[in-house]
This record gives sequence, C-alpha cells and structure tokens, in this order.
Amino acid sequence: MAKQSEQVNSARRAKHGGILTAVFAVLSIAWIAPILIVFLNSFKRKAYIFKYPFSISTKSIFDGFDTWKAGIEKAMCGILNYKNALKKTDFFNCFGVSLFITVGSVLAIIICCSMCAWYITRVHNMLTKGIYVLCLFSMIVPFQMVMFTLSKFANILHLATPWGIIIVYLGFGAGLAVFMFSGFIKSISLEIEEASMIDGCSPLQTFFQVVFPILKPTTVTIAILEAMWVWNDYLLPSLVLNVNKYRTIPIAVQYLKQSHGQLDWGAMMAVLVMAIVPIIIFYMACQKYIIEGVIAGAVKG
Amino acid sequence: MEKAIKKYFPIFVLPTLLAFTIGFIVPFVYGIFLSFCKFTTVTDWKWTGIKNYTRIFFVNGKLDTTFIHSLWYTALFTIVSMLVINVISFAIAMLLTKGIRGTNIFRTVFFMPNLIGGIVLSYIWLMIFNSVLADFSKTIISTQWYAFWGLIIVVCWQQIGYMMIIYIAGIQNIPGELIEAAMIDGASAKQRLRYVIIPMLMPTISTCTFLTLTNGFKLFDQNLALTGGNPAKMSQLLALNIYDTMYGTTGWQGVGQAKAVIFFILVAVIALIQNKLTTSKEVQG
Repeated sequence: MAKQSEQVNSARRAKHGGILTAVFAVLSIAWIAPILIVFLNSFKRKAYIFKYPFSISTKSIFDGFDTWKAGIEKAMCGILNYKNALKKTDFFNCFGVSLFITVGSVLAIIICCSMCAWYITRVHNMLTKGIYVLCLFSMIVPFQMVMFTLSKFANILHLATPWGIIIVYLGFGAGLAVFMFSGFIKSISLEIEEASMIDGCSPLQTFFQVVFPILKPTTVTIAILEAMWVWNDYLLPSLVLNVNKYRTIPIAVQYLKQSHGQLDWGAMMAVLVMAIVPIIIFYMACQKYIIEGVIAGAVKG
Repeated sequence: MEKAIKKYFPIFVLPTLLAFTIGFIVPFVYGIFLSFCKFTTVTDWKWTGIKNYTRIFFVNGKLDTTFIHSLWYTALFTIVSMLVINVISFAIAMLLTKGIRGTNIFRTVFFMPNLIGGIVLSYIWLMIFNSVLADFSKTIISTQWYAFWGLIIVVCWQQIGYMMIIYIAGIQNIPGELIEAAMIDGASAKQRLRYVIIPMLMPTISTCTFLTLTNGFKLFDQNLALTGGNPAKMSQLLALNIYDTMYGTTGWQGVGQAKAVIFFILVAVIALIQNKLTTSKEVQG
C-alpha cells in the first residue's frame, strides 16, 4: 500500500513538479527584483533614476546598438553616487556604531538574561515570581508607551552613547529573553545541577559550565531574534542616542532624507545598497541558524 | 540547592533587574502618570487630570477626528495586511512542501526581505512606487489609498517570507500517515486541505495571525519612511500619530502620552483575546 502511494506521489511530482519549479523560479526573480533595481539605479545619474528606473540605458536597444550604448554612458555615472553617499552619511562610521550596538546588546542580553532566568526559575519566592510576571507583561507593551519617558531618563542618566544604549536595550529586550530562557530551563532536569553542586561547584561555576552549554539552542534563537531587532531598529536609537554624534544605519538613511533639502536619490540608492549587502552576506553565512531560530521563536513566543 | 543559589542574587539578577527598571518599569509607570499631566520634559509637570484624554478628541470644544481617523485606518490596514499575508504565505508554504526541485533556494529567496529593516525597505519601494506612478503624474502620497496599498505591498514583501517559514514548519509537523489515510479513504485534495491539514495547523495559524495582527497594529518605520503620514496626516497609522503628536507640536506631549496609553490598552486587549482563543483551541485539540 505504502509503495503504491509512493508511486502515486512520484507520479504527481513528475506531472506538476517541472511547471511548479518554473513558476517559482519566475516568482523568486520577481521577489528580489526590487533589490536588483536598487542595485542598478545606484550606478545611475540621479536625473535618470525616476525617468528610466528599470533600464540601463536612456535609449531602447531597438534604436540600434550604438545609440543604445551611448544611452548607457549617458545614464550611468559609475561610483559617483557612492562617493556622494559616503560624504553625506559617513556610512562606515554608522556601520561601526550599528555593529557595536548590536553585538554589545545581544551579548549583554544573552549573558545577563540567561543568568537572571536561571535564578528566578530555581529560586522560588515572591520576588522571583514578580520579576517573571513583569517580564511577561513587558512583552505586550508597545514602545510608544515608554518612548518619551525612556529617552528623557536615558538622557538624565547619560546613556545617550553606544555604551549606554546597550543598557537600554538590555532593559527593554529583557522580557522576551527571560521568558524564553525560563521556558527552556524549566525543561532541564535538576539532577545535573545538583550533581555539580555536590561535587563542589559554586552556583556561578554550575551555571557557566553546566547549564549555559545546555541552553545553546535557545541562546542561538534569542541571539538571532534580538540581533534582527536591534540592527534594524530606528525609533529607539533615534530618540536615545545623541544623533549628532552617533548614528546607526537606519538613522543615517532616514536623516539623509530629512537634512539635505531635496533628497539626493542617487546617494540614497548607494546607501541602500551598502545597507543591504552586509545583511545578505550575513544571511547567506548563517541561513540555517536564522531560519531555525525564527521557527523556534515563533513557536515559543 | 536553592539556598546556595539564593545568596547570588546580586550577581545573577541585579544587572538585568537594574536595566529592566531603567528601560521598562520606571518609564512605564512614569508614562502613565505623565498622561495625566501637562509637561515638556520629565521634570516640569503639572497635574491636569483627564484633560489630555479629552484633548485627544476635542480641541477648543470642537471634535478633532485625526485620532479617530488614524484608529480606523490602522484597524483596516491591520485586517487587510493580516488576511493578505496569511493567505499568500500559506499558499506558498503548501506549494513548497510538495518536494519540488529548488525548494530550498525559493525558501531562502522569499525569506530574505524580512532581514532588511523597515526604513531601508521602505525607501527601496518608495523609489519603485514613485517611478511607476510618475507615468500617471501621481505619487505614493497622492491620496490616502495610494499610501494604504503601498504600505500593504511593503509589509507583504517583508512578512510573507517569515510567515511562510512558520507555515512550512507547521505543515512538515503533520504526520504523513494522517494525510495518507485520508487519501486511501478517497478524500480529494480539497477535502484533505479542509478536514486534515487546516485543523492540524490551527496552532500555527493562530501564531501567524497574532504575529501579523500585532505587527500591523504597531507598524511605525515603514509608515514614517514611505509616506510620513502624508497627505495631510491622512495615512498616519496609530504609532506614527502618537509620535507626531508628541514631537510634532510643543505643548502636546501630554496628549501624545495619553494616546500612547490608549494604544497600549488596545494592544494588550488584542494580546489577551488571542491568548484566550489559543488556549481554548488547544484544549479542544
């Protein structure tokens, strides 16, 4: 019976598989077309971006090859947009700030929240229970609710720097991380930890040498979710950071529009490409973990 | 063991608790307090009772519809985006679990836009929308409905891949025997979908519904970058409306904070309803 249905299955696959693959191939290209168009337009003179957004030449190829080729030279301007973009946004600096804040925040969240989660799961009293409930509660509070007070307090406490904002991210991101770590720690059997304590490990040694390695799958999930959030976040850093000194990539993109009068779309295209390329490289490198992390995060959240 | 751990409170909990207090507890409590005050910074406030809340709807005794407009605009946007994203991502997930060639590549491609943040994403589409609409002498902010569908396209592009991944995981978790048994019993493809696959997928469907609902309701970056609330605040979703009230005009910070409290209550209600529905469904299943 099983064999028969297998045959039925493979027969169906053979029947529709080829067509479906073709359809999806076309769909996939359409799906990433916006990115390709931005890439193309980043090398185009800004006057022609809106006039000929989808072609590389100002002339049609049916006008004859030489006219077409001359049209390309007219439309394209090489890396001029990139030069302008680097001048206007100080992009590499922004990239550094973004990278620092993301790595710092994710590390802080992973280490502090896993420790906190272990403690409040293992020690039972009113305080630990209260912390857990508060973390749960914080997950449903939208950022707009706290944005004004949070940014003012961060200012008063001198947290308007890349170092300081890590504390803010730790505080605002703690809810999700503590919740997810606690959920996993509850499923670990106590015996392993007890054994290591009896063998003379302090709670700190027990945590870092025994518990933390076991937490690895959850750690990866949380690291990916929080990194995606922090890297792409616009509103929190734009309110908390001193934006005249420190800008993350989303802030740089938004300010390119706000502060130079008429928006230079050539420079904008170049900045967008520079913002997208690192993400795509990172995605290609860690694809497996990212997709697994997203699935695990959705199931638990 | 509990006793031994207990002493380590300052090392294990205090850093997180301190940051959590600075980053969440104090701003939250103080935010609720300030919604009843007139203020420009956190230190100079004057208690005004519920005046901020009435000023959301009435300005100088006249009805102000900006907030109400953005409320229903947001509700409509949330529902439409939820439906479109879930239907399309479910359909793609169904097709990509048939084992066709290239499945992994397609999955990778569809997910990719999700990693690009809202601001960057919106400027990509702003360029495309405006260059296409330029042929008709229009822009994305010509009317609030251009802005509406523009935003829908942007969030679809961003979230379909994400939801598709979750649906694929859900579909792959359905035991193959169940579908096989239905096939042997003579169920058509339509019947298998209706009576086997969808009921088995209920937890996944409610997860995705909830995610798209809250994402839609809280949308900010895309709204700011794509339309900026134009034309004339007509395409402001709630989050942007609050931001605009708070930072757009001086003297209105209190009203903005009051709107934020209402916004928080709405989000909390959605989350609670969702939670209730999911738990009751799981009991049945």
